Amino acid sequence: MSFEIPDDCRYSESHEWARRQNGTVRVGITDFAQDELGDVVFVELPDEGDAIDAGEDFGVIESIKAVSDIYAPVSGTVTAVNDTLVDDPELVNESPFDDGWMVELELADESELDDLLSPTEYREQIE
Amino acid sequence: MTLRQPPLDHAGAKTTDFGGWEMPVEFDSIRTEHSAVRESVGKFDVSHMGEITVSGPDAQALLQRLTTNDVAALDPGEAQYAAITDEDGIMLDDTVVYRLPEEHDEQFLFIPNAGHDDQMYDRWVSRRDEWGLEATVTNRTDEYAMIAVQGPDAPALLGEVTEVTLGDLSRFDIAAGSVSGVDSLVARTGYTGESGFELLCPWDEAGTVWDALDCQACGLGARDTLRLEMGFLLSGQDFDPEEEPRNPFEAGIGFAVKLDTEFVGRDTLEGIDVEGSEEKLTGIVLQERGVPRHGYAVTTPAGDEIGTVTSGTMSPTRGDPIALAYLPVEYVGEEQSVRVVIRGEPKNGRTTTPPFLA
Repeated sequence: MSFEIPDDCRYSESHEWARRQNGTVRVGITDFAQDELGDVVFVELPDEGDAIDAGEDFGVIESIKAVSDIYAPVSGTVTAVNDTLVDDPELVNESPFDDGWMVELELADESELDDLLSPTEYREQIE
Repeated sequence: MTLRQPPLDHAGAKTTDFGGWEMPVEFDSIRTEHSAVRESVGKFDVSHMGEITVSGPDAQALLQRLTTNDVAALDPGEAQYAAITDEDGIMLDDTVVYRLPEEHDEQFLFIPNAGHDDQMYDRWVSRRDEWGLEATVTNRTDEYAMIAVQGPDAPALLGEVTEVTLGDLSRFDIAAGSVSGVDSLVARTGYTGESGFELLCPWDEAGTVWDALDCQACGLGARDTLRLEMGFLLSGQDFDPEEEPRNPFEAGIGFAVKLDTEFVGRDTLEGIDVEGSEEKLTGIVLQERGVPRHGYAVTTPAGDEIGTVTSGTMSPTRGDPIALAYLPVEYVGEEQSVRVVIRGEPKNGRTTTPPFLA
């Protein structure tokens, strides 16, 4: 089975991705993670303005068979939340790197992105 | 410990340890597999289920005394659901007892749940000897593969590959005949609430039967959501002699208890039948988002704990969260407001009588 691992993201060992765009960083869970979880039925996300720390759990994702915390790959302040996941949580399965994004963060420390896994390193972890 | 392996190599499926067996939990997605069974047809490898045959002059008497239903009511080719209880009326397992068609070598077959076959075999043999009954008991779990084909299109699909006249089989009937050339038993039973069949065939020929059924392969994940929508019990979870000791009346299967027969636990159950139970297994539907799961607390709106979720899921058919829990009888029957505590948050729910599907 081959999982999508876009080149323009950085990855955490706990299967979140972070992608820089327009001054903020978007965060979601990887294709591998959504496949492991199976049918996502519920996503609980923080509020705009919340500050979250790298490694901290900032949300919860429930699939039919499992419940899992979502960990922040980097520290920052939440500037946007993907509210469409409230009614369409299955977007996390269908489009984990695009429509299924979870939050946007304004980073506290840009260099934290460099500490994350590169696409190649992440691929090695899951294979 | 080595996990027991089913007869088929389900390459590509995610697997899970279930009752000591490594079983496929998901082939494509639970939702896809669940919908296939509700709307058309799906197949399941359920070879982890036990198979024990009982034959001989006292076979019927032995089964009668170890199961709660009336085995004497079965004609050849008929089956019944039953509980297996201890002296206190506590459910050790639930099962289907088949009286096999007359042309079959064995007289009776019953199906203990996954991982319970050795324990039930021992129970049957020790009680047989204690009571001096003449019956041959054989654990055939490793000889029989079991494949379920379930859904509204199951009769048409199976009809193309079996010589058994499926139209002659009523619910809970069983017939012997070939499926794709493999000598099999074809039972009109299942665990999904849909029309369908469970096929028993020789372990080594399971692949031929499986491949002949051209439909969606389904795993234990969909099997669980399908049975839960019907309110069917899961052994080891909705009842368990250690973790969740319950009698058949509490578990809502009093219909399978025939107090006019003699069986282990009967006298206790007769008393409970007269007095009534304090708690009963009840359905809960949540009006809020979240997934109720095994072990979550159920409370009153004021926050007083009144029970624990035994099984719960997001119902793929309904699109809302459903659960089973043992609650005080005043919460049974009428719709009552309750809360299920999900990660510390009380979520609004209402009690209901299963099945959860109209």
